[in-house]
Amino acid sequence: MSEPAKISIRGLRKSFGTKVVLDGVDLDVAPRTAMVVIGGSGSGKSVLLKCILGLIPPDGGQILIDGEDVLTAPTSRARALRDQIGMLFQNGALFDSESVWENVTFGLLARGLIRRSRARARAVEVLAQVGLGETVADLFPSELSGGMQKRVALARAIAAEPAIMLFDEPTTGLDPIMGAVIDGLIVDCVKRLGSTSIAITHDMASAGRIGDRIAMLFDGRIVWEGEAAEVRASGNPLVDQFINGRREGPIKMALRR
Amino acid sequence: MIRLLDPVAALGRVTLTLVSVLGELGLFTASAIVGLLRPPFYPRNFSRAFAEIGFFSLPVVAMTAIFTGMVLALQTYTGFSRFAAQSAIPSVVVLSLTRELGPVLAGLMVAGRAGSAMAAEIGTMRVTDQIDALSTLATDPIRYLVTPRLLAGVIALPLLVLVADILGVAGGFLVATSRFGFSAADYLHNTQQYLHTADVTSGLIKSAVFGFTIALMGCFFGYRSRGGAQGVGSATTSAVVAASILILALDYLLTQAFFTA
Repeated sequence: MSEPAKISIRGLRKSFGTKVVLDGVDLDVAPRTAMVVIGGSGSGKSVLLKCILGLIPPDGGQILIDGEDVLTAPTSRARALRDQIGMLFQNGALFDSESVWENVTFGLLARGLIRRSRARARAVEVLAQVGLGETVADLFPSELSGGMQKRVALARAIAAEPAIMLFDEPTTGLDPIMGAVIDGLIVDCVKRLGSTSIAITHDMASAGRIGDRIAMLFDGRIVWEGEAAEVRASGNPLVDQFINGRREGPIKMALRR
Repeated sequence: MIRLLDPVAALGRVTLTLVSVLGELGLFTASAIVGLLRPPFYPRNFSRAFAEIGFFSLPVVAMTAIFTGMVLALQTYTGFSRFAAQSAIPSVVVLSLTRELGPVLAGLMVAGRAGSAMAAEIGTMRVTDQIDALSTLATDPIRYLVTPRLLAGVIALPLLVLVADILGVAGGFLVATSRFGFSAADYLHNTQQYLHTADVTSGLIKSAVFGFTIALMGCFFGYRSRGGAQGVGSATTSAVVAASILILALDYLLTQAFFTA
Protein backbone atom coordinates (compact mmCIF):
# COMPACT_ATOMS: atom_id res chain seq x y z
CA MET A 1 0.00 0.00 0.00
CA SER A 2 1.44 3.37 -0.98
CA GLU A 3 2.11 6.08 1.60
CA PRO A 4 -0.56 8.79 1.88
CA ALA A 5 0.33 12.03 0.12
CA LYS A 6 2.20 14.67 2.12
CA ILE A 7 0.52 17.39 0.06
CA SER A 8 -2.76 16.85 -1.66
CA ILE A 9 -4.53 19.49 -3.69
CA ARG A 10 -8.15 18.90 -4.64
CA GLY A 11 -10.22 20.95 -7.06
CA LEU A 12 -8.33 24.17 -6.34
CA ARG A 13 -9.93 27.17 -8.00
CA LYS A 14 -8.88 30.79 -8.22
CA SER A 15 -10.06 33.63 -10.43
CA PHE A 16 -9.05 37.27 -10.62
CA GLY A 17 -12.13 39.13 -11.83
CA THR A 18 -13.26 37.31 -14.93
CA LYS A 19 -9.88 35.63 -15.51
CA VAL A 20 -9.88 32.04 -14.33
CA VAL A 21 -6.34 31.13 -13.28
CA LEU A 22 -6.83 27.83 -11.46
CA ASP A 23 -9.80 25.81 -12.62
CA GLY A 24 -9.86 22.73 -10.42
CA VAL A 25 -6.24 21.75 -9.86
CA ASP A 26 -5.72 18.22 -8.52
CA LEU A 27 -2.23 17.20 -7.45
CA ASP A 28 -0.79 14.67 -4.99
CA VAL A 29 2.79 14.80 -3.80
CA ALA A 30 4.05 11.75 -1.91
CA PRO A 31 6.39 12.18 1.08
CA ARG A 32 10.04 12.86 0.15
CA THR A 33 9.09 13.34 -3.48
CA ALA A 34 10.29 16.27 -5.58
CA MET A 35 7.41 17.43 -7.77
CA VAL A 36 8.03 19.94 -10.53
CA VAL A 37 5.08 21.83 -11.98
CA ILE A 38 5.78 23.09 -15.47
CA GLY A 39 3.67 25.43 -17.54
CA GLY A 40 3.84 28.57 -19.63
CA SER A 41 4.13 32.09 -18.32
CA GLY A 42 0.84 33.19 -16.80
CA SER A 43 -0.44 29.64 -16.47
CA GLY A 44 -1.02 30.06 -12.74
CA LYS A 45 2.03 28.25 -11.35
CA SER A 46 2.95 31.06 -8.95
CA VAL A 47 -0.68 31.45 -7.90
CA LEU A 48 -0.72 27.73 -7.04
CA LEU A 49 2.30 28.15 -4.76
CA LYS A 50 0.88 31.30 -3.17
CA CYS A 51 -2.38 29.45 -2.43
CA ILE A 52 -0.41 26.67 -0.71
CA LEU A 53 1.49 29.27 1.32
CA GLY A 54 -1.72 31.08 2.28
CA LEU A 55 -0.65 34.30 0.56
CA ILE A 56 -3.63 34.19 -1.79
CA PRO A 57 -6.98 32.79 -0.63
CA PRO A 58 -8.36 30.36 -3.22
CA ASP A 59 -11.99 30.54 -4.31
CA GLY A 60 -12.57 26.85 -3.66
CA GLY A 61 -11.04 23.41 -3.31
CA GLN A 62 -8.82 21.81 -0.70
CA ILE A 63 -5.14 21.96 0.21
CA LEU A 64 -4.35 18.99 2.43
CA ILE A 65 -1.07 18.78 4.31
CA ASP A 66 -0.65 15.48 6.16
CA GLY A 67 -4.34 14.91 5.43
CA GLU A 68 -5.55 18.14 7.06
CA ASP A 69 -7.14 20.90 5.00
CA VAL A 70 -5.27 24.11 5.73
CA LEU A 71 -8.10 26.16 4.24
CA THR A 72 -10.67 25.01 6.79
CA ALA A 73 -8.39 24.31 9.76
CA PRO A 74 -8.50 26.75 12.71
CA THR A 75 -6.05 29.62 12.24
CA SER A 76 -3.49 28.35 14.75
CA ARG A 77 -3.56 24.83 13.27
CA ALA A 78 -3.27 26.17 9.71
CA ARG A 79 -0.30 28.23 10.84
CA ALA A 80 1.31 25.17 12.43
CA LEU A 81 0.81 23.17 9.22
CA ARG A 82 2.29 25.97 7.13
CA ASP A 83 5.21 26.37 9.52
CA GLN A 84 6.49 23.13 7.97
CA ILE A 85 7.00 24.95 4.67
CA GLY A 86 10.22 26.58 3.50
CA MET A 87 9.96 28.81 0.45
CA LEU A 88 12.51 29.95 -2.11
CA PHE A 89 11.13 32.98 -3.93
CA GLN A 90 11.85 33.67 -7.58
CA ASN A 91 14.16 36.61 -6.96
CA GLY A 92 15.29 35.56 -3.52
CA ALA A 93 13.16 38.17 -1.70
CA LEU A 94 15.97 38.76 0.79
CA PHE A 95 15.37 41.56 3.28
CA ASP A 96 17.49 44.51 2.16
CA SER A 97 17.77 46.03 5.61
CA GLU A 98 19.02 42.83 7.27
CA SER A 99 22.47 41.28 6.98
CA VAL A 100 22.91 37.86 5.41
CA TRP A 101 23.05 36.04 8.75
CA GLU A 102 19.92 37.86 9.95
CA ASN A 103 18.15 36.88 6.74
CA VAL A 104 19.14 33.24 7.11
CA THR A 105 17.99 32.94 10.72
CA PHE A 106 14.96 35.23 10.39
CA GLY A 107 12.40 32.41 10.55
CA LEU A 108 14.21 30.67 13.42
CA LEU A 109 14.24 33.87 15.47
CA ALA A 110 10.61 34.67 14.61
CA ARG A 111 9.50 31.24 15.79
CA GLY A 112 11.66 31.47 18.91
CA LEU A 113 13.62 28.37 17.87
CA ILE A 114 16.97 30.01 18.53
CA ARG A 115 18.38 32.82 20.67
CA ARG A 116 19.78 35.88 18.93
CA SER A 117 23.17 35.34 20.53
CA ARG A 118 23.37 31.92 18.79
CA ALA A 119 21.87 33.02 15.50
CA ARG A 120 24.99 34.12 13.65
CA ALA A 121 26.82 30.86 14.36
CA ARG A 122 23.77 28.89 13.19
CA ALA A 123 23.59 31.02 10.03
CA VAL A 124 27.23 30.26 9.26
CA GLU A 125 26.48 26.51 9.54
CA VAL A 126 23.55 26.80 7.14
CA LEU A 127 25.49 29.01 4.73
CA ALA A 128 28.16 26.31 4.57
CA GLN A 129 25.49 23.87 3.37
CA VAL A 130 24.90 26.07 0.32
CA GLY A 131 28.59 26.58 -0.33
CA LEU A 132 29.03 30.04 1.20
CA GLY A 133 31.74 30.99 3.66
CA GLU A 134 31.57 32.91 6.92
CA THR A 135 32.76 36.14 5.25
CA VAL A 136 29.38 36.43 3.54
CA ALA A 137 27.45 36.36 6.82
CA ASP A 138 27.95 40.02 7.68
CA LEU A 139 27.30 41.39 4.19
CA PHE A 140 23.99 42.84 3.05
CA PRO A 141 21.99 41.38 0.13
CA SER A 142 22.83 44.36 -2.11
CA GLU A 143 26.52 43.43 -1.81
CA LEU A 144 25.97 39.95 -3.29
CA SER A 145 25.79 38.70 -6.87
CA GLY A 146 22.53 37.18 -8.17
CA GLY A 147 23.81 33.63 -7.70
CA MET A 148 24.96 34.33 -4.15
CA GLN A 149 21.63 35.94 -3.31
CA LYS A 150 19.90 32.81 -4.53
CA ARG A 151 22.14 30.67 -2.32
CA VAL A 152 21.40 32.86 0.69
CA ALA A 153 17.69 32.64 -0.07
CA LEU A 154 18.03 28.85 -0.25
CA ALA A 155 19.89 28.89 3.07
CA ARG A 156 17.03 30.90 4.57
CA ALA A 157 14.49 28.42 3.18
CA ILE A 158 16.27 25.37 4.64
CA ALA A 159 17.38 26.94 7.95
CA ALA A 160 14.38 25.59 9.87
CA GLU A 161 14.81 22.16 8.20
CA PRO A 162 11.30 22.24 6.75
CA ALA A 163 9.36 19.11 5.93
CA ILE A 164 8.00 20.79 2.79
CA MET A 165 9.90 23.03 0.42
CA LEU A 166 8.49 25.19 -2.34
CA PHE A 167 10.64 26.66 -5.10
CA ASP A 168 9.42 29.42 -7.38
CA GLU A 169 11.42 29.46 -10.62
CA PRO A 170 14.69 28.66 -8.83
CA THR A 171 16.95 29.28 -11.83
CA THR A 172 15.35 32.43 -13.23
CA GLY A 173 17.89 35.14 -13.96
CA LEU A 174 20.92 32.86 -13.51
CA ASP A 175 23.42 31.77 -16.13
CA PRO A 176 23.23 28.05 -17.09
CA ILE A 177 26.17 27.06 -14.92
CA MET A 178 24.91 28.89 -11.84
CA GLY A 179 21.45 27.48 -12.59
CA ALA A 180 22.87 23.97 -12.50
CA VAL A 181 24.74 24.76 -9.27
CA ILE A 182 21.54 26.01 -7.60
CA ASP A 183 19.63 22.95 -8.85
CA GLY A 184 22.34 20.71 -7.41
CA LEU A 185 22.11 22.48 -4.05
CA ILE A 186 18.32 22.17 -4.08
CA VAL A 187 18.53 18.42 -4.74
CA ASP A 188 21.18 17.99 -2.02
CA CYS A 189 19.17 19.96 0.54
CA VAL A 190 15.87 18.26 -0.22
CA LYS A 191 17.43 14.78 -0.06
CA ARG A 192 19.42 15.52 3.09
CA LEU A 193 16.39 16.93 4.92
CA GLY A 194 14.05 14.26 3.55
CA SER A 195 11.67 17.03 2.51
CA THR A 196 8.75 16.91 0.14
CA SER A 197 9.08 19.60 -2.47
CA ILE A 198 7.15 21.38 -5.17
CA ALA A 199 9.09 23.48 -7.66
CA ILE A 200 7.56 25.51 -10.44
CA THR A 201 9.54 26.33 -13.51
CA HIS A 202 9.44 26.59 -17.26
CA ASP A 203 13.11 25.70 -17.51
CA MET A 204 13.05 22.06 -18.67
CA ALA A 205 16.73 21.47 -17.92
CA SER A 206 16.11 22.57 -14.34
CA ALA A 207 12.92 20.47 -14.12
CA GLY A 208 14.85 17.39 -15.23
CA ARG A 209 17.56 17.97 -12.64
CA ILE A 210 15.42 18.59 -9.58
CA GLY A 211 12.20 16.66 -10.21
CA ASP A 212 11.29 13.07 -9.36
CA ARG A 213 7.91 13.70 -10.94
CA ILE A 214 6.64 16.36 -13.31
CA ALA A 215 3.13 17.79 -13.67
CA MET A 216 2.03 20.20 -16.36
CA LEU A 217 -0.39 23.04 -15.61
CA PHE A 218 -2.37 24.32 -18.56
CA ASP A 219 -5.62 26.27 -18.70
CA GLY A 220 -5.90 26.14 -14.92
CA ARG A 221 -5.70 22.35 -14.68
CA ILE A 222 -3.07 19.64 -14.39
CA VAL A 223 -3.12 18.09 -17.87
CA TRP A 224 -0.36 15.52 -17.36
CA GLU A 225 1.58 14.07 -14.46
CA GLY A 226 4.21 11.35 -14.40
CA GLU A 227 7.77 10.33 -13.65
CA ALA A 228 10.35 12.92 -14.69
CA ALA A 229 12.08 10.31 -16.84
CA GLU A 230 8.86 9.72 -18.80
CA VAL A 231 8.15 13.31 -19.71
CA ARG A 232 9.71 13.09 -23.17
CA ALA A 233 7.54 10.09 -23.96
CA SER A 234 4.37 11.43 -22.34
CA GLY A 235 2.30 11.13 -25.48
CA ASN A 236 0.52 14.33 -24.45
CA PRO A 237 0.60 16.90 -27.27
CA LEU A 238 0.52 19.82 -24.80
CA VAL A 239 3.54 18.46 -22.93
CA ASP A 240 5.35 17.64 -26.17
CA GLN A 241 4.89 21.13 -27.53
CA PHE A 242 5.93 22.75 -24.25
CA ILE A 243 9.08 20.72 -23.56
CA ASN A 244 10.24 21.02 -27.16
CA GLY A 245 9.41 24.73 -27.31
CA ARG A 246 7.48 24.42 -30.58
CA ARG A 247 5.48 27.39 -31.84
CA GLU A 248 2.95 25.14 -33.59
CA GLY A 249 0.68 22.93 -31.56
CA PRO A 250 -2.35 22.90 -29.31
CA ILE A 251 -0.96 25.65 -27.01
CA LYS A 252 -1.81 29.00 -28.54
CA MET A 253 -0.01 31.89 -26.95
CA ALA A 254 -2.25 34.90 -26.39
CA LEU A 255 -0.71 37.77 -28.32
CA ARG A 256 -1.88 41.33 -28.11
CA ARG A 257 -1.51 43.45 -31.21
CA MET B 1 -29.77 55.44 -22.84
CA ILE B 2 -26.72 53.38 -21.89
CA ARG B 3 -24.41 56.32 -22.74
CA LEU B 4 -26.56 58.60 -20.59
CA LEU B 5 -25.94 56.35 -17.64
CA ASP B 6 -22.15 56.27 -18.14
CA PRO B 7 -21.47 59.14 -15.68
CA VAL B 8 -23.67 57.43 -13.10
CA ALA B 9 -21.79 54.17 -13.59
CA ALA B 10 -18.47 56.01 -13.28
CA LEU B 11 -19.66 57.70 -10.09
CA GLY B 12 -20.74 54.33 -8.75
CA ARG B 13 -17.34 52.80 -9.54
CA VAL B 14 -15.51 55.67 -7.84
CA THR B 15 -17.76 55.41 -4.77
CA LEU B 16 -17.25 51.66 -4.52
CA THR B 17 -13.49 52.05 -4.85
CA LEU B 18 -13.45 54.77 -2.21
CA VAL B 19 -15.51 52.70 0.22
CA SER B 20 -13.30 49.68 -0.43
CA VAL B 21 -10.07 51.65 0.14
CA LEU B 22 -11.45 53.23 3.33
CA GLY B 23 -12.46 49.80 4.61
CA GLU B 24 -9.02 48.47 3.75
CA LEU B 25 -7.42 51.42 5.56
CA GLY B 26 -9.61 50.81 8.61
CA LEU B 27 -8.62 47.14 8.85
CA PHE B 28 -4.98 48.01 8.19
CA THR B 29 -4.98 50.62 10.98
CA ALA B 30 -6.75 48.28 13.40
CA SER B 31 -4.21 45.48 12.72
CA ALA B 32 -1.33 47.89 13.29
CA ILE B 33 -2.80 49.19 16.55
CA VAL B 34 -3.43 45.65 17.83
CA GLY B 35 0.29 45.11 17.27
CA LEU B 36 0.98 47.78 19.92
CA LEU B 37 -0.90 45.79 22.52
CA ARG B 38 0.10 42.19 21.87
CA PRO B 39 3.55 40.62 21.39
CA PRO B 40 5.70 40.02 19.45
CA PHE B 41 7.17 43.53 19.61
CA TYR B 42 9.96 44.70 17.36
CA PRO B 43 12.11 47.19 19.28
CA ARG B 44 14.89 47.18 16.65
CA ASN B 45 12.42 48.20 13.97
CA PHE B 46 11.05 50.89 16.26
CA SER B 47 14.58 52.24 16.85
CA ARG B 48 15.30 52.34 13.12
CA ALA B 49 12.00 54.08 12.36
CA PHE B 50 12.53 56.52 15.23
CA ALA B 51 15.96 57.42 13.92
CA GLU B 52 14.59 57.80 10.39
CA ILE B 53 11.61 59.96 11.36
CA GLY B 54 13.14 61.83 14.29
CA PHE B 55 16.89 62.09 14.16
CA PHE B 56 17.43 62.26 10.41
CA SER B 57 14.58 64.75 9.93
CA LEU B 58 16.06 67.08 12.51
CA PRO B 59 18.19 69.18 10.10
CA VAL B 60 15.36 69.91 7.66
CA VAL B 61 12.87 70.66 10.45
CA ALA B 62 15.41 72.84 12.26
CA MET B 63 16.16 74.89 9.14
CA THR B 64 12.45 75.27 8.40
CA ALA B 65 11.74 76.42 11.96
CA ILE B 66 14.60 78.92 12.15
CA PHE B 67 13.74 80.59 8.85
CA THR B 68 10.02 80.55 9.61
CA GLY B 69 10.67 82.29 12.95
CA MET B 70 12.88 84.86 11.22
CA VAL B 71 10.37 85.56 8.45
CA LEU B 72 7.55 85.75 10.96
CA ALA B 73 9.42 88.42 12.94
CA LEU B 74 10.11 90.38 9.73
CA GLN B 75 6.52 90.19 8.51
CA THR B 76 5.05 90.96 11.89
CA TYR B 77 7.27 94.00 12.25
CA THR B 78 6.34 95.23 8.77
CA GLY B 79 2.62 94.81 9.39
CA PHE B 80 2.39 95.80 13.03
CA SER B 81 4.54 98.93 12.68
CA ARG B 82 1.61 100.46 10.79
CA PHE B 83 -0.30 100.40 14.08
CA ALA B 84 2.72 101.07 16.30
CA ALA B 85 2.28 97.57 17.69
CA GLN B 86 5.81 96.25 17.14
CA SER B 87 6.01 95.16 20.75
CA ALA B 88 3.65 92.30 19.86
CA ILE B 89 6.33 90.58 17.77
CA PRO B 90 7.48 88.15 20.51
CA SER B 91 3.95 86.99 21.31
CA VAL B 92 2.94 86.65 17.64
CA VAL B 93 6.06 84.64 16.86
CA VAL B 94 5.79 82.28 19.80
CA LEU B 95 2.03 81.70 19.54
CA SER B 96 2.12 81.20 15.76
CA LEU B 97 4.96 78.74 16.08
CA THR B 98 3.78 76.68 19.02
CA ARG B 99 0.13 76.52 18.03
CA GLU B 100 0.29 76.25 14.25
CA LEU B 101 3.44 76.65 12.25
CA GLY B 102 5.67 74.35 14.28
CA PRO B 103 3.42 71.28 14.05
CA VAL B 104 2.16 71.94 10.51
CA LEU B 105 5.49 72.79 8.89
CA ALA B 106 7.34 70.02 10.72
CA GLY B 107 4.55 67.63 9.70
CA LEU B 108 4.75 68.65 6.05
CA MET B 109 8.54 68.39 6.04
CA VAL B 110 8.52 64.96 7.68
CA ALA B 111 5.77 63.81 5.30
CA GLY B 112 7.99 64.77 2.37
CA ARG B 113 11.13 63.23 3.84
CA ALA B 114 10.21 60.27 6.03
CA GLY B 115 6.68 59.50 4.76
CA SER B 116 7.91 59.16 1.19
CA ALA B 117 10.84 56.99 2.33
CA MET B 118 8.47 54.67 4.21
CA ALA B 119 6.19 54.30 1.20
CA ALA B 120 9.14 53.65 -1.12
CA GLU B 121 10.76 51.11 1.21
CA ILE B 122 7.59 49.15 1.96
CA GLY B 123 6.45 49.44 -1.66
CA THR B 124 9.74 47.99 -2.85
CA MET B 125 9.40 45.20 -0.31
CA ARG B 126 5.94 44.49 -1.70
CA VAL B 127 6.94 44.32 -5.36
CA THR B 128 10.04 42.21 -4.63
CA ASP B 129 8.06 39.63 -2.60
CA GLN B 130 9.79 40.56 0.66
CA ILE B 131 6.42 41.10 2.35
CA ASP B 132 5.27 37.66 1.20
CA ALA B 133 8.57 36.28 2.48
CA LEU B 134 7.83 37.75 5.92
CA SER B 135 4.53 35.89 6.00
CA THR B 136 6.24 32.61 5.14
CA LEU B 137 8.73 33.17 7.96
CA ALA B 138 6.12 33.25 10.72
CA THR B 139 6.03 37.06 10.84
CA ASP B 140 2.98 39.28 10.52
CA PRO B 141 4.11 41.96 8.03
CA ILE B 142 1.82 44.64 9.47
CA ARG B 143 3.12 44.17 13.01
CA TYR B 144 6.69 43.95 11.79
CA LEU B 145 6.66 46.88 9.37
CA VAL B 146 3.78 49.16 10.27
CA THR B 147 3.30 49.09 14.05
CA PRO B 148 6.87 50.22 14.90
CA ARG B 149 6.65 53.04 12.35
CA LEU B 150 3.31 54.29 13.70
CA LEU B 151 4.69 54.33 17.24
CA ALA B 152 7.86 56.06 16.08
CA GLY B 153 5.81 58.70 14.24
CA VAL B 154 3.64 59.41 17.29
CA ILE B 155 6.69 59.82 19.56
CA ALA B 156 9.22 61.42 17.22
CA LEU B 157 7.14 64.22 15.72
CA PRO B 158 6.24 65.93 19.04
CA LEU B 159 9.94 65.88 19.96
CA LEU B 160 10.82 67.39 16.61
CA VAL B 161 8.14 70.04 17.08
CA LEU B 162 9.48 70.87 20.51
CA VAL B 163 12.88 71.52 18.95
CA ALA B 164 11.22 73.43 16.09
CA ASP B 165 9.35 75.65 18.56
CA ILE B 166 12.56 76.56 20.36
CA LEU B 167 14.53 77.18 17.18
CA GLY B 168 11.69 79.16 15.61
CA VAL B 169 11.51 81.45 18.62
CA ALA B 170 15.30 81.77 18.45
CA GLY B 171 15.01 82.81 14.80
CA GLY B 172 12.47 85.49 15.66
CA PHE B 173 14.61 86.61 18.58
CA LEU B 174 17.64 86.93 16.32
CA VAL B 175 15.83 89.15 13.81
CA ALA B 176 14.05 91.25 16.43
CA THR B 177 17.19 91.96 18.45
CA SER B 178 19.65 92.39 15.59
CA ARG B 179 17.47 94.31 13.09
CA PHE B 180 14.75 96.02 15.06
CA GLY B 181 16.62 96.95 18.21
CA PHE B 182 14.62 94.84 20.68
CA SER B 183 16.34 94.27 23.99
CA ALA B 184 17.06 90.58 24.48
CA ALA B 185 15.65 90.56 28.00
CA ASP B 186 12.41 92.31 26.95
CA TYR B 187 11.93 89.96 24.02
CA LEU B 188 12.32 86.87 26.18
CA HIS B 189 10.14 88.33 28.92
CA ASN B 190 7.34 89.09 26.44
CA THR B 191 7.66 85.63 24.93
CA GLN B 192 7.32 84.00 28.35
CA GLN B 193 4.52 86.28 29.45
CA TYR B 194 2.18 85.47 26.57
CA LEU B 195 3.00 81.78 26.23
CA HIS B 196 0.69 79.41 28.09
CA THR B 197 1.16 75.70 28.65
CA ALA B 198 -1.90 74.97 26.51
CA ASP B 199 -0.26 76.67 23.51
CA VAL B 200 2.61 74.21 23.61
CA THR B 201 0.64 71.09 24.54
CA SER B 202 -1.98 71.70 21.85
CA GLY B 203 0.86 71.87 19.30
CA LEU B 204 2.42 68.70 20.66
CA ILE B 205 -0.88 66.82 20.56
CA LYS B 206 -1.39 67.99 16.98
CA SER B 207 2.08 66.82 16.06
CA ALA B 208 1.48 63.37 17.60
CA VAL B 209 -1.65 63.08 15.42
CA PHE B 210 0.33 64.26 12.38
CA GLY B 211 3.11 61.75 13.14
CA PHE B 212 0.57 58.93 13.22
CA THR B 213 -0.99 60.18 9.98
CA ILE B 214 2.34 60.46 8.15
CA ALA B 215 3.43 56.96 9.18
CA LEU B 216 0.02 55.47 8.41
CA MET B 217 -0.14 56.99 4.92
CA GLY B 218 3.47 56.02 4.13
CA CYS B 219 2.92 52.44 5.26
CA PHE B 220 -0.56 52.04 3.77
CA PHE B 221 0.26 53.25 0.28
CA GLY B 222 3.56 51.39 0.30
CA TYR B 223 1.89 48.19 1.48
CA ARG B 224 -0.71 48.17 -1.28
CA SER B 225 1.62 49.21 -4.10
CA ARG B 226 1.63 46.99 -7.17
CA GLY B 227 3.38 46.68 -10.49
CA GLY B 228 7.07 47.37 -10.08
CA ALA B 229 8.95 50.66 -10.07
CA GLN B 230 6.04 52.69 -11.42
CA GLY B 231 3.73 51.34 -8.72
CA VAL B 232 6.25 52.20 -6.02
CA GLY B 233 6.64 55.70 -7.48
CA SER B 234 2.92 56.38 -7.50
CA ALA B 235 2.55 54.91 -3.98
CA THR B 236 5.20 57.34 -2.77
CA THR B 237 3.47 60.29 -4.40
CA SER B 238 0.08 59.24 -3.02
CA ALA B 239 1.51 58.83 0.48
CA VAL B 240 2.97 62.34 0.52
CA VAL B 241 -0.08 63.99 -1.04
CA ALA B 242 -2.53 62.18 1.26
CA ALA B 243 -0.46 62.88 4.37
CA SER B 244 -0.07 66.57 3.47
CA ILE B 245 -3.77 67.09 2.83
CA LEU B 246 -4.74 65.19 5.97
CA ILE B 247 -2.29 67.24 8.05
CA LEU B 248 -3.92 70.48 6.87
CA ALA B 249 -7.45 69.16 7.33
CA LEU B 250 -6.72 67.68 10.76
CA ASP B 251 -5.01 70.91 11.76
CA TYR B 252 -8.23 72.77 11.17
CA LEU B 253 -10.32 70.24 13.09
CA LEU B 254 -7.90 70.08 16.02
CA THR B 255 -7.56 73.86 16.19
CA GLN B 256 -11.32 74.13 16.29
CA ALA B 257 -11.49 71.51 19.02
CA PHE B 258 -8.75 73.10 21.15
CA PHE B 259 -9.49 76.78 20.81
CA THR B 260 -13.16 77.24 20.00
CA ALA B 261 -14.77 74.50 22.07
